[in-house]
Amino acid sequence: MRNTRRTLLTAIAAVGALTSVAACGGGSDSSSSGSGKAGGTYNFWDPYPQFDASSPWGKLVTKCGTDAGVKVKRTGMDTTDLGNKALLAAQQGNAPDVMLVDNPVVSTLVEAGILNKTSDLGLDTKSIQKNILGAGVIDNAPYGVPIGANTLALYYNKKILSAAGVDAGSIKDWNSLTAALKKVKSAGKKGITFSAINTEEGSFQFLPWFWGAGGDLTKLNSAKGVAALSLWKQWVDAGYAPKDVLQNTQTTSWQEFATGDYAFSENGTWQLGNADKAGFAYGVINIPGQNGGSAPVPTGGEFVTVPVQKDSSRYDVSKKIVTCLTSSTNLLSTDTALTYVAPTAEVQAQQVKQNPELKPWISAVAAARGRTSGGLGTKYPTLSQPMWTAVQSALSGGKSPQAALDTAQTAAGKG
Amino acid sequence: MTIARVDRRAQRSPAGSGATGTGQRTNTSALRRRQRRGSRLTALAFIAPLVVYLAAFYLYPLYRNLDLSLRDYTVRSFVQGDAPFSGLDNFRTVLDDPTFGPAMRHTLVFTFASIAFQYAAGLALAVFFNRHFRLAPTLRALFLIPWLLPLIVSASTWSWMFNSESGVINYALHLVGMSPVDWLNSPDWALTSVVIANIWIGIPFNLVILYSGLQNIPGELYEAASLDGAGAWQQFRRITFPLLRPVSAITLLLGLVYTLKVFDLIWIMTKGGPGDASSTLATWSYQLGFGTLLPKFGPGAAVGNILILIALVFGLLYIRVQRRQEA
Repeated sequence: MRNTRRTLLTAIAAVGALTSVAACGGGSDSSSSGSGKAGGTYNFWDPYPQFDASSPWGKLVTKCGTDAGVKVKRTGMDTTDLGNKALLAAQQGNAPDVMLVDNPVVSTLVEAGILNKTSDLGLDTKSIQKNILGAGVIDNAPYGVPIGANTLALYYNKKILSAAGVDAGSIKDWNSLTAALKKVKSAGKKGITFSAINTEEGSFQFLPWFWGAGGDLTKLNSAKGVAALSLWKQWVDAGYAPKDVLQNTQTTSWQEFATGDYAFSENGTWQLGNADKAGFAYGVINIPGQNGGSAPVPTGGEFVTVPVQKDSSRYDVSKKIVTCLTSSTNLLSTDTALTYVAPTAEVQAQQVKQNPELKPWISAVAAARGRTSGGLGTKYPTLSQPMWTAVQSALSGGKSPQAALDTAQTAAGKG
Repeated sequence: MTIARVDRRAQRSPAGSGATGTGQRTNTSALRRRQRRGSRLTALAFIAPLVVYLAAFYLYPLYRNLDLSLRDYTVRSFVQGDAPFSGLDNFRTVLDDPTFGPAMRHTLVFTFASIAFQYAAGLALAVFFNRHFRLAPTLRALFLIPWLLPLIVSASTWSWMFNSESGVINYALHLVGMSPVDWLNSPDWALTSVVIANIWIGIPFNLVILYSGLQNIPGELYEAASLDGAGAWQQFRRITFPLLRPVSAITLLLGLVYTLKVFDLIWIMTKGGPGDASSTLATWSYQLGFGTLLPKFGPGAAVGNILILIALVFGLLYIRVQRRQEA
């Protein structure tokens, strides 16, 4: 029975177009030794396929395993695949021992009942900044330790702004930003680029404006939500933002900005490395709220989690690996490599000392919220999809912002 | 088929040698029975690999997909495997969803527009290349390129060409003095854009099959027709088209099944957007099952099953038409 079920599962995996079934099969090896004994292989999944075994991250993972007395088998996979792969693996009873997942996925995995509470494992999360930890907290219990956080801000091209006579410091609210875009456009340059694609990325990019207007995710079609969507629509209609924002991922939107034609780009911490290579002077400001101040931005970044195992004696070693990965020294080097903001005040201070450019990002992260925070949990995905659909139908001219968000609210209500 | 043939051959030899006496006859019939059983086992052994293959790779996934669509799966019950049976609830959810109507309409428009143009263009090209002029083989090979390219390459290329800011198509429109079109970003054009790309991809398939069909039409018919004074158009209408009918039927059916399930092209170019302006049943099914952070396996599988049903209906229709043609 067990065996047939397993083959069957493999078959679904094939049907579901999840290509690398091999990765699921490579789950935890339950025959390996338990806690007391040294040795054994521990499985580790992360969404960083770009890092191979010789990268600093790959080396760190290996080292944390060796320090805990075990061999760690690391598998990196695409972040969009990781959640579904984890669900399939858990169904087959071979989830990895330690898994790094994107923060909004944590609540889905907790809902599936496959993650351990950090308190049950004896992991300490006291030093972690509250709002960063928030995305992994369900019913007041954290289910993972953030490895770092990233978020969104506005990159600007200094040359274009000065040519258009705009002072970046004067941008305090939506009106001053729109006025700046107008000046840029009349100076013959392009205004702003962002990603309004119909995936989670689109929602991630829209949230700073939605929250910046004071919007509440449980009431998508409130006047505040409509104001945020109207702002974006106004930019697209006036030509301040290109129409192809509807197709843009955050990467392609960055490529547009990197051409040097755009004054602003809404993008993330992770582009800092590319920004230095772009070949023009750039600056970073926080995304303004509707009436001034910094808009709350959504937190990005991954959590280290420990999936439920049949053999609970494995947790001791898993805990050692997690503690090692999230120790202050290792956080500093990991977050530097990923250009993430560290989740603890102590490491953030060290980061600023190393690289003063990170300062606006640290204040942006301090003002950030988890998408699944505030008790939303797995309700977030059922709100996010109607929201990105609404953004698409409004910007493409199919519907007015109000009508689009009304439809979204109805769809979200059905959940 | 295989079983029958093996049986017959096995029967023949003992029947020939055992026609001498009654005592021997009972003996032979026992022997015959034993041999028949043996040959039946052999026959089963021969078809077993095929049956196992079909069951593992066709029946089981189909059964699982049906099972998924009839149960109320949440992420928790998916992991624990204890999802309650919910009958046709998932199908009801899907049919009531405001996305269903547009997705169904887009699927039909996408499929029939693609097939009509692919077939027309494929047939025109096949007739053209059938004239055996110099360079015809080379040109024909060039027309196969869309078929050889990985779909992700052609789809990405089309999506760059259609880009409203920097795409080459809008640039060409600009050169001839027309205003740019928001190909992929406008709800009025997105579906048309993916249909255009899909037609381009489907032409080689139609060209190859129809061309091979043309090869089977005897040249004498055309000679006789031209002696009788039939022009090119009449030859096409009275000879080529009727004689090509069986080949056309299978081309259209295969094209229909291929086009109904097209997912990757649309997903790469528009992800069903903007809004749901170019979402079809295939993309919607994927969207439900894998496109959000919280997968909805049940409704996703239900949409997939509806798609299979549609393909099945057309398949049966084809078989009926074919029977009538043979009769």
